[in-house]
Amino acid sequence: MSLVDRINGFARKVPTWPLYIIYLLPVPWLLYLAQTGGLGREPIKALEHELGEIALQLLILGLTITPLRRYLGINLIKFRRMLGLLAFTYVTLHLAVWVVLDMNLLWSQMWADVWKRPYITIGMAGFLALVPLAITSNNASVRKLGAAGWRNLHKLTYAAVLMGGIHYIWLVKGIQIEPLIYMAVIVILLALRLPKRKAPQRA
Amino acid sequence: MANRWTNTLKDNDVTPESAYLNRRQLMAGAAAGVGLAGIGGQAQAKESLEPNSWEDITQYNNFYEFGTGKTDPAANAHMLTTQPWTVRIDGMVDKPGDFAFEDIMKAMTIEERIYRLRCVEAWSMVVPWNGFELADMLNLAGVQSGAKYVAFETLLRPEEMPGTRYRVIDWPYVEGLRLDEAMHPLTIMATGIYGKDIPNQNGAPLRLVVPWKYGFKSIKSVVRVTLTDKEPPTSWNKTLPNEYKFYSNVNPNVDHPRWSQATERKIGGGLFSQRIPTLMFNGYEEEVAPLYEGMDLVKHF
Ligand code: HEM
Repeated sequence: MSLVDRINGFARKVPTWPLYIIYLLPVPWLLYLAQTGGLGREPIKALEHELGEIALQLLILGLTITPLRRYLGINLIKFRRMLGLLAFTYVTLHLAVWVVLDMNLLWSQMWADVWKRPYITIGMAGFLALVPLAITSNNASVRKLGAAGWRNLHKLTYAAVLMGGIHYIWLVKGIQIEPLIYMAVIVILLALRLPKRKAPQRA
Repeated sequence: MANRWTNTLKDNDVTPESAYLNRRQLMAGAAAGVGLAGIGGQAQAKESLEPNSWEDITQYNNFYEFGTGKTDPAANAHMLTTQPWTVRIDGMVDKPGDFAFEDIMKAMTIEERIYRLRCVEAWSMVVPWNGFELADMLNLAGVQSGAKYVAFETLLRPEEMPGTRYRVIDWPYVEGLRLDEAMHPLTIMATGIYGKDIPNQNGAPLRLVVPWKYGFKSIKSVVRVTLTDKEPPTSWNKTLPNEYKFYSNVNPNVDHPRWSQATERKIGGGLFSQRIPTLMFNGYEEEVAPLYEGMDLVKHF
């Protein structure tokens, strides 16, 4: 049996629900660290960063499913919904930390930030793009929208990931390497799903 | 001539951290009581000058030469050797030359200054610096009458500064002040914190402190000071000219494109720490507003 077959066989057997729990474990762990000094002298920013980074990583993981199948024949599609929903959970927590702990519910200052600070504007746009996707990540919605309609709607993921990546590049001061690496990975993963161009016929 | 300026808070003149901590507990108690009585203003002003802990001050730093993370400087700055250290003072001075750190220290009177520090990223600390007035150091070299600005430069030694391997900004880090800002009695060169030698991550062995400007103006580990008649280049202005201009005075009414400057959060308050209003000139309005009389601070931010 080839490696690909073995991976596919294994993936078929693993249930997804324990993975939800495993992937959510960082939340209580981070809160514990924040309370006990494990996140350093400024736990609010640290928590905001950790949650944002996990969200971006999950969105990127979600983008790997299609190329893995297309180029390597590895079928992990049953995990894609989970990755998306977890990413949305982390983005929402990230936003909640911003609203409650970072901005202390200073609504007028937040409102101004959403419009005036490009990195917040694009982060918010990324969040809003994910909302309809999270709402329709269930079998009933797939039936209601029809497979094609559902797939079209879920192309919004690409926009959301790109906006998340740009958000990260814009929020750091100067030119820093980490957000650029994330962006490079995003661009490569998106390029891999461009329709294959037919090889030009030789005369 | 040292001691031109003294804190309005006289009971700050103690040095050991334990003494600060005792006072902090006292003050926190007093402030709570006063707050209940409904007259918080005075107590709040005092409260805001409670120094941060040694850990806050030395483990949460922006010093990109050692990495862009807040804990990178504390992790990497031990690589920096600060002995021997010389400061070149040149340009429009009577006696240009290389001044050994020890010789500067011998000529200076070290005093304690408890200042607020406000980062452009909307966080703040209160730091009990030890140091001397920049004016005294400049007078060692003799400032010539035509000089209008002072340019500063941080050490650039890539083998000891891992952060400089990436061109986050154009190294070395440079900053500048107008001469009257540089000569202002609030402007100091800090050589210590809490009575101890200043740690490397805070800008050893000597760094500028200009308490009414955003933290990045207070350039660290200074190796060169140049008197000039032209406005000198500054690193963040060179990197992001739309976001940073020359003055960078703390001003809650002029927002930075990335951060609203209306409020700030003091480091060290934990997960539920609340934002506090940012003060004009970081609370030093009385002392420094005359420097900018007639200037449009929205245009010259
Ligand atoms: C698609 C949605 C989003 C993604 C993928 C995302 C991701 C990230 C990432 C990766 C970081 C940097 C973490 C680090 O430095 O390690 C970050 C920081 C941050 N994000 Fe988001 N984010 C999103 C949406 C939002 C939204 C909606 C807001 C608020 C309105 C927001 C506010 C922030 C803030 C304030 C920071 C920290 C900036 C600072 O250091 O001052 N983000 N985010």
